[in-house]
Amino acid sequence: MSALKHIDEYRDGALARGLAATIAREAVPGRRYHFMEFCGGHTHAIARYGIEDLLPSNVVMVHGPGCPVCVLPIGRIDDAIRLATRPEFILCTYADLMRVPASRGTSLLTARAAGADIRMITSTLDAIAIAEAEPRREVVFFAIGFETTTPPTAIAIQQARDKCLSNFSVFCNHVLTPAAIRAILGGGELVRVDGFIGPSHVSTITGTAPYTALVEDFGKPIVIAGFEPLDVIQAILMLVRQVNDGAARVENQYARLVTPEGNRIAQRVMAEVLTLRSSFEWRGLGDLPDSALRLRDEYADLDAERRFEIETIPAADNPACECGVILRGIKQPADCKLFGTVCMPATPIGSCMVSPEGACAAHWSYGRFRTVARQPTA
Amino acid sequence: MMRHRRLDLRHGRVDLSHGAGGRASAHLVDDIFLPAFDNPALARGDDQGAFDPPPGRLVLSTDSYVVSPLFFPGGDIGSLAVHGTINDIAMSGARPLHLAAAYIIEEGFPFADLARIAHSMGQAAKDAAVTIITGDTKVVERGKGDGLFITTTGVGVLAPGLDLSASHARPGDAVILSGNIGDHGIAIMSTRQNLGFATDLKSDSAALHTLVATMVRTAGPSLHVMRDPTRGGLASSLNEIAQTSKVGFRLDEKAIRVRPEVAAACELLGLDPLYVANEGKLVAIVAPEAADALISAMKAHPLGREANRIGFVTEDTEHFVQVATSFGGNRMVDWLAGEQLPRIC
Repeated sequence: MSALKHIDEYRDGALARGLAATIAREAVPGRRYHFMEFCGGHTHAIARYGIEDLLPSNVVMVHGPGCPVCVLPIGRIDDAIRLATRPEFILCTYADLMRVPASRGTSLLTARAAGADIRMITSTLDAIAIAEAEPRREVVFFAIGFETTTPPTAIAIQQARDKCLSNFSVFCNHVLTPAAIRAILGGGELVRVDGFIGPSHVSTITGTAPYTALVEDFGKPIVIAGFEPLDVIQAILMLVRQVNDGAARVENQYARLVTPEGNRIAQRVMAEVLTLRSSFEWRGLGDLPDSALRLRDEYADLDAERRFEIETIPAADNPACECGVILRGIKQPADCKLFGTVCMPATPIGSCMVSPEGACAAHWSYGRFRTVARQPTA
Repeated sequence: MMRHRRLDLRHGRVDLSHGAGGRASAHLVDDIFLPAFDNPALARGDDQGAFDPPPGRLVLSTDSYVVSPLFFPGGDIGSLAVHGTINDIAMSGARPLHLAAAYIIEEGFPFADLARIAHSMGQAAKDAAVTIITGDTKVVERGKGDGLFITTTGVGVLAPGLDLSASHARPGDAVILSGNIGDHGIAIMSTRQNLGFATDLKSDSAALHTLVATMVRTAGPSLHVMRDPTRGGLASSLNEIAQTSKVGFRLDEKAIRVRPEVAAACELLGLDPLYVANEGKLVAIVAPEAADALISAMKAHPLGREANRIGFVTEDTEHFVQVATSFGGNRMVDWLAGEQLPRIC
């Protein structure tokens, strides 16, 4: 469809067919390979390019929880809406969060329609600029995301401190990837995952080192891969080979950007400003220890949670929603009773349907022709 | 009649009196709209425009334009308001004849911008050989509008034997796209300062009725459906047709052309070009035996040079739009769940 230097190379159909043929040759018949791609970016690439059509039937992709919008608990969005509806407040947010359903049929979009001053921004520094331009208003940045979006939040906090901004604060919801992988593998339930495609952009920040302990503790291979479709399919081949060899190593398919030590500057900035929370709720996965970040005490005045004494009221998901087991790889989206009946991208019920990178939304938007053609699903 | 003092078109601004229907309103019409639209029907100064309908069925269509910004690379709200409504009429196969234009202007709007937009509108109409035979202006208080909104209503005439409708796609029909997609939406986004990317890209805003006339001459009743994929892009148009005709689509991603700069901007912004707006492209669903001749005829027209067969209509009780990806797999192209871009037309 396009001609894009440095991108088309990673979308080459002929190379893909070659790799797919190798996977088909090397995957042992009668053996099933369940691989989880952790990141929503991978889920999206798999669905967008139809990668599953290129895989043999015994190589199955399981879609993981690596979509920051999806794992944000409802209670935290309720908190943000409560802040935003206070008259003196401006809430700054990434556009992805606008439609995410909160309690009682509300969302940031409905709050804005009702008069809340909610601004969609593309950079954390836009929020700083708004705070400078509107000194009489309280400007809160609704920070979400994994290690990739955390450094820009940390830099905004540092800038606010340097500029002595007294009307800026951050509502911090940043979460950590390795903790979630640990939760999935140590979940207790029967987890059908034989290996992981490890995060792409996240790993450019963290490096490959944090995955070593996971591989040692659980004996499952992790291949860090880029977000382009050839990256994904090559990573699948690398996982098949590790499984066939009985190996469990961290391998780096995305060596063009990911190094063992990661981005030291970004890591330093994060460490200066942010620190571990003892526990944090992940939508679909529950409370996970050491899985999220908050502002250090030295920056308490810039922490919206402390500044405005936010007490998150937990809000339960719909009991029929299967997101929790889908995120653990135990069920597929089409196995959920809500999928496609009441839960759809325009009216999401569960976390996996709220962002295009969520497992259910990706399957609904790109892949549901497969389950319709093959009903009932396995 | 006493000649009024001319409006200060360089420095003046619209105030509430210009919408009050009194003398100031008349001055606005005399100094800005009459010279810009320049036709005898409007010059009569009546509240309506009269015309003799040619033989054939009349086609009526209306559309409102709220684009932000008002001036963008490749056009402005004035030319867009002409092209958009002409295209809505033309998609029935009809020949557009006349337009009516209604302006809702916010208090404080500069005369200079208004004159520039009106002239662009007049020029677009002249280029398309349609006349703006009646119109209306209203002024709203500051803060009650966003500069300027325009509504245009058009009337056209349909040749006998033509009956295009979104409900007429049949399994086996060919899907033909007139050119590359996404130019308008990305050109508009490139003007948004906070997105911080620069491009030479222009909106594709254009009146498609002469291309349509060529297509009608070549394919006649073999043309089953035509749509101009504006807001929501090609993906939304095809989903609407699939739903209305109770069919599916099978597209070849490689055949859908996207300029490299549009593709690059889409990568950067996380957009799918299939959902990005166009203002000068059409998609035609045509009987398969007529497709080759139709494509040749389209290629001979300046607005159809990149015309290409991009897929075919399938029998599908689910009404899915499916795409064979250039990577070798398959995917669906679904309805858009929310707005991909704010206010682009």
